[in-house]
Amino acid sequence: MKIIKAEKITKVVADLCLKANCILRSDVLRKLKAAYKTENNPKAKKALGAIIENARLAAKEKLAICQDTGLPIVFIALGQEINIAGELKKAVLKGIEQGYKKGNFRESIIRDPITRGRSGYRGAVIHTDIVKGDKLKITVLPKGFGCENKSQFKMLNPTAGEGQVKKFILQAVKTAGPDACPPYVVGVGIGGSSDYAGFLAKVALLKNINAKRSKLERELEKEIGKSGIGPMGLGGKVTCLAVRVESFPTHIAGLPVAVNISCHALRSASARL
Amino acid sequence: MKRINTPLAEKDILRLKAGDEVLLSGEIYTSRDQAHQRLIKKLPFKIKHAVIYYCGPTQTPPGKIIGSCGPTTSARMDAFTPLLLKRGLKAMIGKGKRSEEVRRAIKKYRAVYFLAYAGCGALISKYVQKAKPVAYRDLGPEAIYRLEVKDFPLIVGIDAKGRSIYG
Repeated sequence: MKIIKAEKITKVVADLCLKANCILRSDVLRKLKAAYKTENNPKAKKALGAIIENARLAAKEKLAICQDTGLPIVFIALGQEINIAGELKKAVLKGIEQGYKKGNFRESIIRDPITRGRSGYRGAVIHTDIVKGDKLKITVLPKGFGCENKSQFKMLNPTAGEGQVKKFILQAVKTAGPDACPPYVVGVGIGGSSDYAGFLAKVALLKNINAKRSKLERELEKEIGKSGIGPMGLGGKVTCLAVRVESFPTHIAGLPVAVNISCHALRSASARL
Repeated sequence: MKRINTPLAEKDILRLKAGDEVLLSGEIYTSRDQAHQRLIKKLPFKIKHAVIYYCGPTQTPPGKIIGSCGPTTSARMDAFTPLLLKRGLKAMIGKGKRSEEVRRAIKKYRAVYFLAYAGCGALISKYVQKAKPVAYRDLGPEAIYRLEVKDFPLIVGIDAKGRSIYG
């Protein structure tokens, strides 16, 4: 039995928060640079230039890429042969608090969604999966709420087919329009149950956006490109950097589809222990 | 590229067209959701000719003037905006679309709505020369800060004639 101390987890999570918020994911930056080259609309090109310069500056000066340092979404894949010395959830929350404090990030979390109250660093959504082996993988995805607010979900009919699935996804992107910091990365979850489809749409955002994409993903990218929203909503070719889809078995009576839009500052960082 | 300064003169506002690129210098006030809810009841600063920036910055890192400080989604402030325009607010800076009601109020009160480079908070911090919390410090990042900006790059989103960049 491999033993991992809770303190070690706290430190790793704190470092992941700093990395994710200040250093833009290399696959995202690469895609933005490619988009800059292909964009013809002068205003849109200038906006892409500003986004790339912002990423450079943030990494150099250890500044948050975006002032909205998000609600941290944490994905844990815990090998079943590991024994945690201490409390896993507490260790993760402590790591987030330490990382966010050290990075001078924004206190964006409120305890009660209705009464609101003073915001702070305490709170995160933690998804834990027990997997085989003796490795622990932790991923931190700080999700900004400008784009999170544009999430959409629908239970389609089982006979709806690919056409209606696509239509729903395109409609979600068009509704987001210029508001949620395009060019977007569109995460899609298809199948499972209502809650699980939402989870899958988030997981889709963790996939490398330069990796080979499916036919459905490529077709959606092409369709979204035609919307003409463009960087910052200023028009042009580049409305989305990528579409990533995660699918899962579902019930004969339903076809759940969830869309989770990410702004161009798609931030996440992982570590293995 | 047009250079304009605060307090905004009416003639400066009237010569701006949706889509124009502008460099703004002078004093602006940050305010977002919670601060707006209070603003419409009591004004802690002189709203006449003022510029509001929809922004909640990060904490200020040691040795810096301000942390990352990009714009937040303007549409969430739409419900509060016509009243503030009526009271003399002259410009807003944010990101994204506004409601039809806000567009009409901008036209009626000869104001202007600017877009800042969205998701570029680190870059925008370089245009801020001074930052001071002036009201609602209990709101943390949603407190009202008075910022002094120099050559803050903006794009006119909705002009005083009610023309919008988003059509």
